[in-house]
Amino acid sequence: MYKGLVIIFGFLFLGEVLVELFNLPIPGNVVGMILLTFALIFKVVRLEEVEREAELLVKNMSIMFIPPGVGIVLYWGLIKAQALPIFGALIISFFVTIILTAKLVEVLK
Amino acid sequence: MKSFGIFATLFVYYIFMKLYEKRRVFYLNPVLLSIITISLILKGFKISYDAYMESARILSFLLGPAVVSLAIPLYKQRKIIEAYSRQILVGITVGGLMAILSAFYIVKALGGSKEVLLSIAPKSITTAIAIGVSEKIGGIPALTAVLVILTGIFGNAIGVEILNLAKVKDRVARGLAMGVTSHGLGTARIILDDELSGAVSGLAMALNGIFTSLILPFLIKLLN
Repeated sequence: MYKGLVIIFGFLFLGEVLVELFNLPIPGNVVGMILLTFALIFKVVRLEEVEREAELLVKNMSIMFIPPGVGIVLYWGLIKAQALPIFGALIISFFVTIILTAKLVEVLK
Repeated sequence: MKSFGIFATLFVYYIFMKLYEKRRVFYLNPVLLSIITISLILKGFKISYDAYMESARILSFLLGPAVVSLAIPLYKQRKIIEAYSRQILVGITVGGLMAILSAFYIVKALGGSKEVLLSIAPKSITTAIAIGVSEKIGGIPALTAVLVILTGIFGNAIGVEILNLAKVKDRVARGLAMGVTSHGLGTARIILDDELSGAVSGLAMALNGIFTSLILPFLIKLLN
């Protein structure tokens, strides 16, 4: 249990350090994920060492979105004022992206 | 009363999760319903967001290690990447760019503000990564979180039907389009139809998360 957590938090910390050090515009956790993927590919880390802890976190990710999502209460006025651009873009962009991506991949196969 | 935030989040989510287990329909999405319910509780009882976050923060903090942990499903599916590398490359590049650019220009055309523009740009990637990206580029993470979940719900509700209407038959193309557009919620739906489409969709979600977080900061600079 602790070994898995040490690896996961180690890569998170490493990602944050690199972002800070090189002033990268990417979130530190994404850098940590990329590095951990390569560590697994190059067998620096073995799958069994992190699998259980990582899957526990990934499976329970949904509830972690709720507190940042509730922050929406602070922006009620903004959403009301900009409802048309927000929802217009959300809906049209959804249709355009899903149809064109599927068609293009199918044609270029 | 420090523990109010974490208790309220766990309690409300638990209730909606139970409901969703009984009736698996897209409009009973437990995360969205929990966000709405807790927001209403805060408004109704005049509780500030900061007071709520005092302990609820613990849950959102775990997004950091959870995103790092996405490396595990990504690594496990490396065989699929090798098998369909060309389609995946096309799908992620085109789909990832399309999701950003279409949203960007529509918001602009409809007179949206800059903060809305920056908040909506990462809407097609998985919520966990989108929140971090939004923060990095100067958007409003809370608005991004809600827009991402709504985009996922669209995919979950009608994504498969749209792909059928558009007569897309290729299973890899279907999975890629769904994952790139509607991340985890879309993946959860298409995996019920076809296992390969589902696996490709999950992979597309992870890869688009990486792709978008890498290019978005530069793209935003370019577009402005």
